[in-house]
Amino acid sequence: MKSLGSIRRDFTPWKDPNAKPYIQFDKVTKKFGDFTAVNNLSLTIFEREFFALLGASGCGKSTLLRMLAGFEEPTAGRILLDGQDLRGIPPYRRPVNMMFQSYALFPHMTVENNIAFGLRQEGMPKPDIQKRVAEMLKLVKLEQFAKRKPHQLSGGQRQRVALARSVAKRPKVLLLDEPLGALDKKLREETQFELMDLQQELGLTFVVVTHDQEEAMTMADRIAIMDKGEVMQVATPPEVYEAPTSRFVAHFVGNVNMFEGKIAEQSANTTRITGPSGAQIVVENGGAAARADANIVFAIRPEKIRVSSKKPVDAVNALEGEVYDIAYLGDMTVYHVRLDDGQIVRASALNAARVTEDPLTWNDRAWVSFRPDAGVVLAR
Amino acid sequence: MSNIAVADAAPPPTAAKPFMMRLGAGFVSRLVIIVPYLWLLFFFLVPFVIVFKISLSQTAIAMPPYTPVLDFRDGISGFFTGFRDLNFDNYVWLTQDALYFRAYLTSVVIAAISTVLTLLVGYPIAYGMARAPATIRPTLLMLVILPFWTSFLIRVYAWIGILKPEGLLNQLLLSLHIINQPLVILNTYTAIFIGIVYSYLPFMVLPLYSSLEKMDYSLIEAAKDLGCPPTAAFWKITFPLSLPGVIAGCLLVFIPAVGEFVIPDLLGGSQTLMIGKTLWNEFFANRDWPVSSAVAVILLLLLIVPIVLFQHAQARAQEQDK
Repeated sequence: MKSLGSIRRDFTPWKDPNAKPYIQFDKVTKKFGDFTAVNNLSLTIFEREFFALLGASGCGKSTLLRMLAGFEEPTAGRILLDGQDLRGIPPYRRPVNMMFQSYALFPHMTVENNIAFGLRQEGMPKPDIQKRVAEMLKLVKLEQFAKRKPHQLSGGQRQRVALARSVAKRPKVLLLDEPLGALDKKLREETQFELMDLQQELGLTFVVVTHDQEEAMTMADRIAIMDKGEVMQVATPPEVYEAPTSRFVAHFVGNVNMFEGKIAEQSANTTRITGPSGAQIVVENGGAAARADANIVFAIRPEKIRVSSKKPVDAVNALEGEVYDIAYLGDMTVYHVRLDDGQIVRASALNAARVTEDPLTWNDRAWVSFRPDAGVVLAR
Repeated sequence: MSNIAVADAAPPPTAAKPFMMRLGAGFVSRLVIIVPYLWLLFFFLVPFVIVFKISLSQTAIAMPPYTPVLDFRDGISGFFTGFRDLNFDNYVWLTQDALYFRAYLTSVVIAAISTVLTLLVGYPIAYGMARAPATIRPTLLMLVILPFWTSFLIRVYAWIGILKPEGLLNQLLLSLHIINQPLVILNTYTAIFIGIVYSYLPFMVLPLYSSLEKMDYSLIEAAKDLGCPPTAAFWKITFPLSLPGVIAGCLLVFIPAVGEFVIPDLLGGSQTLMIGKTLWNEFFANRDWPVSSAVAVILLLLLIVPIVLFQHAQARAQEQDK
C-alpha cells in the first residue's frame, strides 16, 4: 500500500503546464459599496488539491470563499469550476459544500438528521441515506452520538459533525472557513492531521480559509497569501517560507530580518548588496532581478544566522555588533544582536548539545554570519 | 478513653457553622420565591375566590346585588351559615340556555381565526424587521410599539370612521371605481377580525421578532449550501426555530381575544355574539352579578386549558433536551 506521504510528494499539478485547472478565479473583483474586498484577482486551484487562503482578517479571503459557495456574486470577473462559469448559479445548485466557521449546525435536528439534511435535499433514497449517514458517523467517530442534538456535544464533536455534514454529499469541492478556529490548541493540532487524512481518503478538493499560518503550512499543498483583496504569492509551504517574493509575505509568514540596501553588482546568480553604512552582503540564488542601484531589501530567517564571539574565518557574510538580548527557550536560544550601524538582528540557534553555560552574554561583542544562499533579495 | 468520650459529647464546632449558613441561605432563597407567590395570591387568587363565591350566590335586589353576603356582622357563625346558601345553580343555568354555549363557541372560533390572521400578517413583518440592517431595527421596533401611545378605545373608534358605509375605505374604493356600491364591513364579523388583527398585531410581532432576531443567519446559508432552495429552507429551518415565538405570539393574541369586549361592541354591532359582550350585558344591563361571575369563571377555565397544555409541552421539550 502506498503511504499517504508518497501520494503527497508526487502531487504537483501546478508545475505541469498541461494540467487542467479545476477552480479558476479570472480577474475577479468584489466591491461592497465603496469598499473593495477582492481586487482583480486571478487564481487557479487543481483537482484534489488542498489549497489554503491565508491572510489577516479583512484581506478578502472569506469573500473569495463565499463567492465560490455562491453567497456573493463577483462585481466583475468570472469564477469557473471544472470549466463551468458559476455566475448566476445559486448556492443550492453548486456542487460545492461549505463548512462554516460557526459550524451552523441546525439546533433543532439530531446529529444524524444534520448529516442527512443535504442528502434528503437531493432526493437520495432512504436506505442509501441511512447507509451514507452511518458511513459519515464512522468517518468522524461519532457513532454513539447519532441521536444527540448539537448543544449536547462538545466543541470538537460539533466540529466533526459540521465536517461530516459538509462532506456527506461528496461535493466536488469542500470549502472550509476557519475550520479549526474554535478549537483549543491541542485539539487543533490533532484535527489538522485528521483533515489531511480525510482529504486524501475522499479524494476531494479542499479550499480552506485561515488566518493561522501554522495551520496553512501544515495542511496545504499550496498557500495563497492575501493582502487587501489581492494575492501576494501562491506557492507551496516551503517556497512561501524560503522564497518569499515580497516584503509582505516574508513578514507575514514566520520571523524575518530585513536589511535595507542597494544593489551594487548583479551577475548570473550572485548579487552584491551595499547597506546604508557601507556593509557588503553577497547573495547567491536568491536574487530578485533588479537594476543596479535599485533600492531593495535583503530578507533572512533567524535560524539561518550564526552568532559567534569571533569573526568566522570562512564566512562570506559577517557583520559585527553587540549582544543586545538573549532569550533561552529550551529547544533553542534567540539572540538579538545590535549591529554597529544600529540595526537589530534576530538569530536563533538550535540547542543541539546540552550546554548550560552560553559562551555569549549580554553586551558581548559578537559576529553574525550567514551563507550567501541563506536569504533572498526582495524588490517589492 | 476519656478523650474519646469528650469528643463524642461535643460535636466539632466546624460542623455547626455550615448548618447555620445553610439555614440562612435557605431562608433568603425561600423569601425570594415567596414574593411572586404573594403577588399571585393577592392579585389573582383572592379576586378569583371572590368572583367564584359570587358565582355561587343568588341574584337579589340589594346592594351588592346578590345573597348571601358573607360578612362578620353576625360573628364567625354568621359568616359560616352563609355558606349553606351557596350552590351551583348559575352553572346549571348556563348549560340550559344555548345562548351562552353559542357565545363561548363563537368567541373561541373568532379568536382562533383572528390569531391565525394575525400570525399571517405578523410573521412577514417580524421577519422583515429581523432581517433589516441592525441600525434601523430599533426604529422599526419603535414603530411597532408606537400605536400603544394612543388610547386603545380611540384607535378602535377610528376604525369605525374607516369601515362605515360612507367611511374612508369605501370612499377610496368608490373613487377608484373598484366598487359601485359601498361595502358593508362595519357591524359584521369581518370588522371584528380587522379590529382584533390590528389591535393585537404588536403582541404577535414582538415575540416573533425576538425569536427570529436571535437566529443565526448562517443556518440559512448552510441549508442553501446543502441544496435547499430558499422557500424550503424557510419551512425546514427558519419556521421550526421560530416556533417558540409563534406559540408565545399566538397565546398573547388568542387569550385576550376570546374575552374581547370593546372590539365586538364597537365594530361588530348588535348582531355579533361574543362572550365578552354577553358578560358585559349580564353585569351592566341585567345586573345579574352571580350569572356573569359564573360566565367569567367558565371563561377562565376555558383559557387555562391551552395555557397548561402549552406549559406541559414546553416542560417536555426541556426534559428531552436534557
